[in-house]
Amino acid sequence: MTAPVLADTLGPRARRRVLLASLATGAVLLVALVLAVRKLDANGQLDSAKWRPLTQWSVLKFFLGGLGNTIRAAGTAMVFAVTIAAVLALARLARTRALRWPATLYVEFFRGLPLYILILFSWLGLPILGLKWETFWYLVLGLTVYNSAVLAEIFRAGILSLDKGQSEAAYAVGLGYWQAMATVIVPQAVRRMVPAIVSQLVTLLKDTSLGVVIFYEELLRRARISAEFFQNPVHSVLLVALIYIAVNATLSQVATRLEARQRRRYGAAPIAVAGVEDLAVTSAKAGATGAA
Amino acid sequence: MDVVLDNLDLFVGGLRTTVSLTLLSYAAAFVIGIVVAAFRVSPVPPLRGAGALFVGTIRNTPLAVLMVLFFFGLPDAGVIYSSFTSAVIVLAAYTGSFIAETVRAGVNTVAVGQGEAARALGLTFPQTLRIVVLPQALRAVVAPLGSLFIALIKNSSLAAIISVPELAGTAEQLISDTAQPLPIFIGVAVAYLVLTLPAGALVNALERRVAIVR
Repeated sequence: MTAPVLADTLGPRARRRVLLASLATGAVLLVALVLAVRKLDANGQLDSAKWRPLTQWSVLKFFLGGLGNTIRAAGTAMVFAVTIAAVLALARLARTRALRWPATLYVEFFRGLPLYILILFSWLGLPILGLKWETFWYLVLGLTVYNSAVLAEIFRAGILSLDKGQSEAAYAVGLGYWQAMATVIVPQAVRRMVPAIVSQLVTLLKDTSLGVVIFYEELLRRARISAEFFQNPVHSVLLVALIYIAVNATLSQVATRLEARQRRRYGAAPIAVAGVEDLAVTSAKAGATGAA
Repeated sequence: MDVVLDNLDLFVGGLRTTVSLTLLSYAAAFVIGIVVAAFRVSPVPPLRGAGALFVGTIRNTPLAVLMVLFFFGLPDAGVIYSSFTSAVIVLAAYTGSFIAETVRAGVNTVAVGQGEAARALGLTFPQTLRIVVLPQALRAVVAPLGSLFIALIKNSSLAAIISVPELAGTAEQLISDTAQPLPIFIGVAVAYLVLTLPAGALVNALERRVAIVR
């Protein structure tokens, strides 16, 4: 995918032009880099006093603890969200209206709201309404409510993506609705959903940084504490950004690889859900390779 | 519901800020996305590298981290913007990295023969991209681009972290001031749904009009 799509083998003249363009853009990028470094230097951002604290083990331990808190919140929310989403997806597909409607309402309502609002309400609102918990649980509640709605859509799309012949065959051999679901449909659908679920996990991990607004000590909050203490906001927050990039790039790789494997094995298109940015990209990408 | 009605002007102000934040950042993100996507498919290696670096770093960093870095970090390095401008820049860069990936995926859906034919006619790379490939590529990714717009409406709430008085920030302020969380939550939820639901319908309509299915 890294190969240029629009330029195949170049002739001598085009090669010369590309070389010139490479030198020119290389020079521009270099100048931009030098200017950025000089700007940082002029404002004293390259002083060793700014970054030295971040090399001390005690400070690093503080950040790693933040990473631990981030993963704890994200992991807990993921477990709850997957469970609730599975129930919601089945309810939305059920034949009984009494099951379908509440589930649809829940999904459409919480999917259309910003996660920020949900976390904020859970933290500011619930204590006033008489629910007093640790901060951790307010964050987990917000993340769970939002992600269960999003995941429910993914699950539903996964189940609907199966060929109709599967359920018809299941009914033909005498299975009932729920039996067919449990033994034929869901096991196949789950395999298709794995890449989309991993993508959503990346999003959830990133979203855990919203814990900063409710003073939960995840990575970003700890970066702000460190920034205040050492007077180095650029360095502290940059460190957190690097940690996130390392973790998420790895997870995204896993999702892409799973998706490629799945296309090879089942020839199945990935699952797309409107309004979910990370999935939007994976699905567009897959559509692309599918057509190529 | 009295709290909401009493503070209706605040809500409307917040709604207006959210809308302008979203529209401005999406316009900028679209330009960034197209340019970066063009970089990533260009035959010039340094441009490809720069594009890949931009997408890889911005997309994998949480939006909240970018907001904090830009608004609380960069002023130390002499880069100072108002909170609204900062929010637009950060949202545009973040969404732009997603748009770039989507557009690049769209470019990949365009049949190879199209680019070859354009070159055979003597078009240069930028001409090939602008006249032949991009118009077809964009029509193939209307739905994901729409998804990104809806996600941006919701993401604009993170501007509250750097105290832009949009919907979420207004709600936060009102809940602290009035201690009546439930009506305010319902009010702000309705305000967001008023934006996201029609946007979704609009995207669907647009897709039916211009999209081409291959």
